[in-house]
Amino acid sequence: MRFMVMVPASEESEAGVLPSTELIAAMGKYNEELVKAGVMLAGEGLHPTSKGARVRFSGHERTVIDGPFTESKELIAGFWLFQVRSKEEAIEWVKRAPFGDGVEIEIRQVFEMEDFGDNMTPELREQERRIGAQIQQNKRS
Amino acid sequence: MEAPGAAHRTIEAVWRIEAARLIAGLTRIVRDVSLAEDLAQDALVAALEQWPESGVPDNPGAWLMGTAKHRAIDLIRRNVRLQEKQEQLARELEAQTADQPAVEPDEVGDDLLRLIFTACHPVLSTEGRVALTLRLLGGLTTEEIARSFLVPVPTMYQRIVRAKKTLSAARVPFEVPAGPDLAGRLSSVLEVVYLIFNEGYAATAGDDWVRPELCGEALRLGRILAELAPNEPEVHGLVALMEIQASRSRARIGPRGEPILLLEQDRSRWDQLLIHRGLVALERTRQLGGSLGPYALQAEIAACHARARAPEETDWERIVALYDALAQLSPSPVIELNRAVAAAMAFGPAAGLELADRLSGEPLLERYHLLPSVRGDLLFKLGRLDEARSEFLRAAGLAQNARERVLLLKRAAACEQSSSP
Repeated sequence: MRFMVMVPASEESEAGVLPSTELIAAMGKYNEELVKAGVMLAGEGLHPTSKGARVRFSGHERTVIDGPFTESKELIAGFWLFQVRSKEEAIEWVKRAPFGDGVEIEIRQVFEMEDFGDNMTPELREQERRIGAQIQQNKRS
Repeated sequence: MEAPGAAHRTIEAVWRIEAARLIAGLTRIVRDVSLAEDLAQDALVAALEQWPESGVPDNPGAWLMGTAKHRAIDLIRRNVRLQEKQEQLARELEAQTADQPAVEPDEVGDDLLRLIFTACHPVLSTEGRVALTLRLLGGLTTEEIARSFLVPVPTMYQRIVRAKKTLSAARVPFEVPAGPDLAGRLSSVLEVVYLIFNEGYAATAGDDWVRPELCGEALRLGRILAELAPNEPEVHGLVALMEIQASRSRARIGPRGEPILLLEQDRSRWDQLLIHRGLVALERTRQLGGSLGPYALQAEIAACHARARAPEETDWERIVALYDALAQLSPSPVIELNRAVAAAMAFGPAAGLELADRLSGEPLLERYHLLPSVRGDLLFKLGRLDEARSEFLRAAGLAQNARERVLLLKRAAACEQSSSP
């Protein structure tokens, strides 16, 4: 299972203020732990919204709006992609991150192939399950 | 804490994170994997009893280790038949627990590496190694492992018990092999990891969800190994191979669960993140220098496909060269057959057929439907339709499932239609 872990922006991150050396070191160690555990697929920091842009859709129209954007609570400053066996495992890993007071980290599961099986009716799915079981039965005999 | 079911799942998640290091550290202390695992399990039981009330401790790993060590002291003290040496061990343990010294990160890594080599020791059967690796290093429950391999739980339980007994009886030392031993032992470890991956990769639609998860488990183990043994090129080679193969998982199954061949897959469904990771791992292999080993070569072949945005852009000549190298390192009829297919793509069907024909007497391929299937395809392309038809019919007879059989019979029928005036 994969999870996207989103780090919210703050006034400092939006102002381009670098985190303290201690925090950078702690975050570096944390990332190292994630890599050593084979859990981190990706992890990136994002430039402040002052360097960003938005595209607004309206029928055929496209409007481009340049940053900065003001609602810092809803902005993202960085993300990770974790590969773990359960949401609880993703949560446990996030708990170990060196964030300070008041920070809220959001965890969202990534859609996998199995989630897109909507082309299949329940009958077809049951048929597939039976065929799969039968193949396994044949393999073992 | 949360509701009982949720608390349980949280503790299981913590276990998954901490189990391997816990068992590795305990093995170093008590010098016996079996005992170490029992002590670790005791600590888990204690956690399941206490944490739902008290909450997960801030440092769960240290809590588990401390609890396991106390249990070890109890056990040693209670067993009156033990000699003085073990009594001394108990005193040392007590002293350690009292000080709670922090374990050096290097030590943790070393212990983990020792545990990986121990779980994959050649004295164990392959199934024993696989089961023990998933249990000790993956932190999977016996039930999960049993479901992953479609084996009854008691059978899997016995398999693990036997493996641990074998290790104890053989007095396998808790160490990372060195010198001339290392290559063979490492090869055993990589084989186990790739076996786990392939079991997951073979999972079909409708299978228990733990089965495809085996791919993720193998990838995780491979990535951990890559950090613990960064100077071993074949480790990176295997990781690269698994990342790139895994990148195709969304494209390789059709809407009715039927397998889709590589060249027919919708490449927009290939996971570019995993491809990128695979290529990065391959780069690490190359940077270490030396000639490419079998896993790295297979990864390079997979990378050739991964880099092509469409089948027409595939660098088939490079693939042929890679198969040439692979055939020299680890010759096998299956590799020869793949080489024939690649040669046909690179140099035309006649070139491919020449290589495939060399395999006609090969006993290992006698019941392998892909050989006549490949020959049929090449003969078809050369306009030798009667021969192609009989090869497709022969392949259909050997096919392992209904869908493949239907496909091959269709191809045989197509030969008749083409040759009728």
